[in-house]
Amino acid sequence: MDVEKYIASGILELYIAGTLSEKENLEIAEYAKEYPEIKKEIEEIEASILELSKKASPGYNYSFKALMNKINGDVKVVDMNEKRSSPFLSYIGWAASVLLAVGLFYMYQQNQELKSDIEVVEKQNIDLEQQIADTDSSLEQTQELLNTLRDKDISVISLGGQEVSPTSYAKAYWNKKEEKVFIDAKGLPEPPDGFVYQVWSLKLSPLTPTSMGLLEDFATDEKKVFALNNPNESEAFGITLEPAGGSESPTLEQLYTLGVVNAS
Amino acid sequence: MQLDLLVDQFKKKDTMAFEKLYDMYSENICGVINTIVKDDALAQEICQDVFIKIWNNCESYNASKGRFFTWILNIARNAAIDEIRSRSYKNNKKNLSADYFVNILQQREEEENSTVDTKGLRKLVKNLKEKCVQIIELLYFRGYTQKDAAEELEIPLGTVKTRNRSCISQLRENMAVR
Repeated sequence: MDVEKYIASGILELYIAGTLSEKENLEIAEYAKEYPEIKKEIEEIEASILELSKKASPGYNYSFKALMNKINGDVKVVDMNEKRSSPFLSYIGWAASVLLAVGLFYMYQQNQELKSDIEVVEKQNIDLEQQIADTDSSLEQTQELLNTLRDKDISVISLGGQEVSPTSYAKAYWNKKEEKVFIDAKGLPEPPDGFVYQVWSLKLSPLTPTSMGLLEDFATDEKKVFALNNPNESEAFGITLEPAGGSESPTLEQLYTLGVVNAS
Repeated sequence: MQLDLLVDQFKKKDTMAFEKLYDMYSENICGVINTIVKDDALAQEICQDVFIKIWNNCESYNASKGRFFTWILNIARNAAIDEIRSRSYKNNKKNLSADYFVNILQQREEEENSTVDTKGLRKLVKNLKEKCVQIIELLYFRGYTQKDAAEELEIPLGTVKTRNRSCISQLRENMAVR
């Protein structure tokens, strides 16, 4: 959507005036959530009308308390009490019961207010807890990764950039015992749409590639570390760019990185 | 506290939230009513009734009615217009479409004990053209639809939207200048 054009159309001014249909109102409320510029514009238009109406105001002297008293009809209770002309004892009785009622009502209101305060704080708490949980689980994942890479059975193979992309690089962490390879692909560019990186285990003489798998969801994986199984006796690792779904054999013109396993 | 959260709590009949909203808007709502009834004391009286109404109908507000302020603005001007209609029915003197709110200026400056901030109001609308004052009044303070406003001002329907935007922009500039 062209946000500027939408704002310039003047529809947001009508939104504040309240002349739009329910459907349009809901639509704009959604846009305001989606586009901060629209939300800001709405607030500024509203502010100008607030300012104008405030300047036309004769001021307002009624306290909130007075308003609530009117709403709750407290005034009525007192009035009835005053009109009564009964014997002294009965008068005291009435006064006491009115006091009790007012007291109870007051306590009830206090209680309600506290309850809603608690509700607000609880909502904030839940938000914060969620944030902590998210951070924790991200930290846990990172530590797990670090532990894996520190394992003594791991050999590290650097894969250097090749002709097609000289600045690319990657690292392979190979745990022969567990037949697993972790590919750290942070040094690879994002693959274009419809393509995917494929990792190959290579035997050198004669040159025999075996596919180890694809680096799926490359763009969305922030850590860019991928675990693959490798039961092969690899002598080198290579990464090529292949059409989505991978290929039977590597497209060597699209070889991005390559690294030889040091004999140990 | 966030306005959305405040309104949510208000809908659950939370007095504390209502008090905050009351503090935020009561003076403005009173001003809106005053542009219609043009009587300080009466405006305050209606204003209190409007907030009682708002409280009693709090569940009926939702986003399909627009901004929270727009909702109470609508309740306020309906209440004020009803009041004027019932009065003018009685004494036939006051006519709803007699004059625009800027006339508050003239009237109030003559009255010694008025509490309206006429200086501030004058400053705010100082370079607004007559047609701007009219369109703002009709759309915001009288609750005219686009179509009604177009007929009243004798301009094409499509002009209402664009003219109103440029008038509100002028108003916003005036606010920024101070």
